[in-house]
Amino acid sequence: MYNAGKIITGLVIFVVIFTLPLWWQVGKAAPPAPKPELPKTAKVCVEDTAYMRTSHMQLLNDWRNAVVRDQDRVYVGKDGKKYSMSLTNDCMACHNDKKKFCDQCHNYLAVAPYCWDCHLTPEQVKESK
Amino acid sequence: MHVIFSLLAVIVLIAIAYAGVAGAGMTYLFGVVIPYAAVITFFLGLILKVLKWGRSAVPFNIPTTCGQQKSLPWIKPNSVDNPTSTGGVLARMFFEVLTMRSLFRNTKLDYRVAHGQPVIRQGSEKFLWLFAILFHYSFLVVLLWHLRFFMEPVPKLVGVIEALDGFFEFGLPQLLLSGVILVAMAGALLDRRLRMPNIRYISLTSDYFPLFLIMGIGITGILMRYLLRVDITAIKELTMSLAVMKPVIPQAPIDPLFYAHIFLVSVLFAYFPFSKLMHMPGVFMSPTRNLTTNSREVRHVNPWNYPVKTHTYDEYEEDFRDLMIEAGLPVEHNPAEEAAAAEGGGEAAEAEPEAPEEKKE
Ligand code: HEC
Ligand code: HEC
Ligand code: HEC
Repeated sequence: MYNAGKIITGLVIFVVIFTLPLWWQVGKAAPPAPKPELPKTAKVCVEDTAYMRTSHMQLLNDWRNAVVRDQDRVYVGKDGKKYSMSLTNDCMACHNDKKKFCDQCHNYLAVAPYCWDCHLTPEQVKESK
Repeated sequence: MHVIFSLLAVIVLIAIAYAGVAGAGMTYLFGVVIPYAAVITFFLGLILKVLKWGRSAVPFNIPTTCGQQKSLPWIKPNSVDNPTSTGGVLARMFFEVLTMRSLFRNTKLDYRVAHGQPVIRQGSEKFLWLFAILFHYSFLVVLLWHLRFFMEPVPKLVGVIEALDGFFEFGLPQLLLSGVILVAMAGALLDRRLRMPNIRYISLTSDYFPLFLIMGIGITGILMRYLLRVDITAIKELTMSLAVMKPVIPQAPIDPLFYAHIFLVSVLFAYFPFSKLMHMPGVFMSPTRNLTTNSREVRHVNPWNYPVKTHTYDEYEEDFRDLMIEAGLPVEHNPAEEAAAAEGGGEAAEAEPEAPEEKKE
């Protein structure tokens, strides 16, 4: 082989970079899946659990648009139950510990919703009282 | 033909994944077995091919030059575009890989009739470069961002990328520009292939298929993120288990769309070493880029040269001189005549060339 030294060095660099997730975590067990602590005060969410798991951010977006743009604050859930569309006063009324619920999943996937720049978490609400 | 075949191939691949998962429930096959097999094929195939390339000789010093070579001290050399040193080559490769300079020089033959006269010009054509560089960089961003599925804790870099990528804070989940640009640019490159007759003429299935495949990956990804939401938490459970090599299919159901996405990605990985996509390692191995233009400073010997058996005229005459003299044939060295000339002390001996130079080598 010609230029064996250079070619093999190049290949080693390539393999090391492209297998980063493998050797970085070699031998480790898969990290435990997030276990968001479910509210004790209620049995059901606004929508089906499966829908909430996949699409809660889209629901929040719809809520935000409805409230801010159309001044519509009432959301009718799947069983006809009425909810007041609000991040802090509704979602967080049931899911009253952001760290043990929302953040469980979000940290797992490095999602950092910017909502909390303005909106209050239940802890902040308690503090301000 | 090439276009339709490639498009159909990608559609069939998606259908296979859908049928396999939604129909036959083969989540382990599509979620674990095929991805692992594809990744192994990718690494083995790529390494073997590069080693094979390494075994072929580079017989000539053939760098393409795009500037003045180093010559006389008062002529200013272009040390990057016509590198005579290793440093120059490294600089050239650096810009070639990160900014695609050779593509930037792309030109187009332009024929038009102006003032009743046909005019042919060679004009610059930057769109290929623009589409290609946006395509490659958005692909890189998408790839790095996907590390969030394969590492725990997720590296800080991923958060930075996501923040920049979602700069416009448009919609929820936030619109990431890279994915949109990736698919749009793949589309633009496809459009270019289809619309320019000369490019279309030389395009084959192996050109269209990777484009459709990458568009398919991009579109299934975009669908999963913005339209038909999937359970991303469950997906990370699966991908993390793949990364630590202890594969399990999570309890929470994952939409077949995800399996279609990962199946297309697997096909891309497995196809990679056998496709034009090998230009990724290829760019580093191309002699027109990675050689120094020192063809005037250093003698380059073809490594294929082998010791050739020669029999020069001098040796031939040595073998047959006596016979030749006997037969009256002219010879270069005639010992009898030379001896006579030496005695005569004439100038004839001086004029006689000792060993004709052309005969050597
Ligand atoms: C009436 C109380 C209540 C409200 C209001 C509520 N939730 Fe829920 N939520 C629940 C309950 C109870 C569950 C668990 C359901 C189950 O176990 O099937 C749940 C489940 C979820 C889940 C799935 C968690 C998992 O891993 O299974 C998400 C995500 C979620 N909620 C987000 C939200 C968001 C976002 C809002 C505001 C739009 C909201 N919830 C409003 C009670 C509520
Ligand atoms: C720049 C500050 C700011 C940011 C960031 C922000 N919001 Fe808001 N949001 C507001 C304001 C102001 C209102 C109007 C409050 C009202 O009229 O009750 C509002 C209203 C809402 C409402 C309906 C009213 C309520 O009580 O919640 C929802 C839902 C909402 N935002 C969701 C979100 C989500 C989800 C995010 C993150 C993706 C977010 N917001 C980020 C400022 C912000
Ligand atoms: C079951 C896990 C889970 C739980 C519980 C959960 N989320 Fe999420 N959330 C996610 C995932 C995963 C994403 C990222 C989706 C993506 O990247 O496509 C996300 C994204 C979001 C986004 C969009 C962020 C962005 O920048 O795109 C918002 C807003 C959000 N979640 C709000 C909430 C709130 C508020 C709660 C708590 C009431 C909550 N989520 C609980 C999993 C969860």
